Amino acid sequence: MADKPTLAVFKFASCDGCQLSLLCAEDQLLDIAGAIEIAYFLEARTAQSEGPYDVGLVEGSITTQHDAERIQEIRKQCRFLVAIGACATSGGIQALRNWASVDDFIGQVYAHPEYISTLKTSTPIAEHVAVDFELRGCPISKSQLVDLVAALLHGRKPKVPSYSVCVECKRQGTVCVAVARGVACLGPVTQAGCGAICPAYCRECFGCYGPKEQPNLVSLTGHYAEGDSDRDHLVRLARNFNGYAPDFREASDALEGRVEIQAKQ
Amino acid sequence: MPANRVFEVKALSRVEGEGALYVKLNGDQVEHVELNIYEPPRFFESFLRGREVREVPDITARICGICPVAYQMSSCHALEKAMGIEVGPEIRSLRRLLYCGEWIESHALHIYLLHAPDFLGYESGISMASDHKEVVKKGLRLKKIGNDLLEVLGGRAIHPINVTVGGFYRAPDVRKLKALLPDLEWGLQASIETLELVSQFSFPDLEVDYECVSLKHPEEFPLNQGRIVTTSGLDIAMEEYEQHFDERHMKQSTALHSVKLPEEKPYLVGPLARLNLCFDQLLPTAKKYAEKCGIDWPSRNNFQSIAARAIELIDVYEEAIAIVNDNNAELSQSRVQYTPSAGEGCHATEAPRGLLYHRYRIGDDGLIAEAKIVPPTSQNLGQIESDLHDYVPRVAIHDDAEATHRCEHLIRNYDPCISCSTHFLDLTIDRGADRQE
Repeated sequence: MADKPTLAVFKFASCDGCQLSLLCAEDQLLDIAGAIEIAYFLEARTAQSEGPYDVGLVEGSITTQHDAERIQEIRKQCRFLVAIGACATSGGIQALRNWASVDDFIGQVYAHPEYISTLKTSTPIAEHVAVDFELRGCPISKSQLVDLVAALLHGRKPKVPSYSVCVECKRQGTVCVAVARGVACLGPVTQAGCGAICPAYCRECFGCYGPKEQPNLVSLTGHYAEGDSDRDHLVRLARNFNGYAPDFREASDALEGRVEIQAKQ
Repeated sequence: MPANRVFEVKALSRVEGEGALYVKLNGDQVEHVELNIYEPPRFFESFLRGREVREVPDITARICGICPVAYQMSSCHALEKAMGIEVGPEIRSLRRLLYCGEWIESHALHIYLLHAPDFLGYESGISMASDHKEVVKKGLRLKKIGNDLLEVLGGRAIHPINVTVGGFYRAPDVRKLKALLPDLEWGLQASIETLELVSQFSFPDLEVDYECVSLKHPEEFPLNQGRIVTTSGLDIAMEEYEQHFDERHMKQSTALHSVKLPEEKPYLVGPLARLNLCFDQLLPTAKKYAEKCGIDWPSRNNFQSIAARAIELIDVYEEAIAIVNDNNAELSQSRVQYTPSAGEGCHATEAPRGLLYHRYRIGDDGLIAEAKIVPPTSQNLGQIESDLHDYVPRVAIHDDAEATHRCEHLIRNYDPCISCSTHFLDLTIDRGADRQE
């Protein structure tokens, strides 16, 4: 029998929730560990094998110079590199610093700012290295992760929808919160995958899976702004877990009357 | 064995988040112990400023993928106090049930996949499964039931979406809760078996006079309510927390270290602290098995925290069953409605890893003006370093690899969540010669 394919899991700035999704696949975990060699996964095991690896899952965003260098090495070690979760695919909630002064942030949290070394921005993995596939979500979907691993084992494309959360709502028969309750909801512009849980729990979608293909969020937020929605509220809605994804960023900046934000490096 | 030795762990494993350990020994003398937390800072307290009150539990959940509910609970209670909102007994009870789900998921993960391998001599739960498949499968099922509970109440297991200031967006479906009962009953029995397994482990002999700190409530094991109490007899309201405990910023760390004032002493939070301070509040089944498990409580040995976690696992399964049994009608009002108003409030709850303190100030514009968050792991950091100071001379008789492994085991007693504490570890043991950078 040929050697089992190797999987490595790497963490950058993040909450651990996306890599935890692998350990949360309780029914499949031991089968996965049987079919592939989990070669590097600090959170789950002490024994770590040296690269190269067949597949690398990367969680988290790049926020330090050290991490900007580390991701370059990881790219070289992984034949197939997958960015998992909102931090790795769009910069995550910590990308809110990209609109603020990071020096002010450090001063607010730490007594000795001189001990802290960090970049002025939080950026997605694809801004630093070529990424072969992105799995969206804050957190990612456990079933999409298991499908991704199965797809890689069988050499097929992972099944990830490109349509919006609205389609999931309609399929489930969930009453539209935007239409029925007049709530500003990001469902029309957000990629499906979560199962449209928020509208099913009587609240707005706040964009955990990031922008779908061709979302036109500028138009949607313009529409909400003409209704009862406060412009500042819409800026905050667009500017959260995937706020630095280009389509969401463009919309929140347009609402604020900013021109294209200059990337601060 | 050289007179001067360095033990080093550049990247700690089976902990949540990233850190390192560096220990320098000169003969039998520990010259330096340093937990180096290199997890990059994410500045939650800063970017919460200017956000809406209702966004806070969604945002603070993202501090930790393992204990998001803890962050949501501390946030909601603190903000409700700031605005003078009182929630009724039904919401209070469902919040306890949600917290039970998180304790189950987090404790089962730590006991079976992260900590038990240290006692049984495996490098991971995954390799442990090759010899003890049924044990690991039991642990995974115990964990999954916690996640199922979180999904029914919270919409999803990681970063639940149904928690809001004032209560829940939607009342949980009573039939779906009742459908969990057979699994919860299995889980109660399996957690009793878990305690029987882990209490037979051989515990390294390290007795420490811990200053334990936890919430305490006269009628219930602490989750969301209570006063803050300590081993030395402090008994204070949550509002007095910052007068008695403070954070220190260390050079090697992006996490802040907490100390007890005025003596600037480290202290212990988490399962062992809670059990030592709140044993009488355990539910009857948990108390019965805790008393006959062969460990004398209170315990001064944090290696026995795995047994404390198993006792708490019994307790929260028992409690979850009771709450689900009592829950017969859907809530008429799932939340208290409010209009954001200026004010300041603080609250602490018991996260799986220990006390989690939040304080918020809401401005006149109804937006967050200031936020302060003190996670359990940053409160434990000073105590971990202090334990290592005591423990390293005892393990120095072993070769570097074994000594290092034993230090890592000690660190895992704390179930450290490094992701959380960053506002946390690599192990380096320096036996004097050349300190590696």
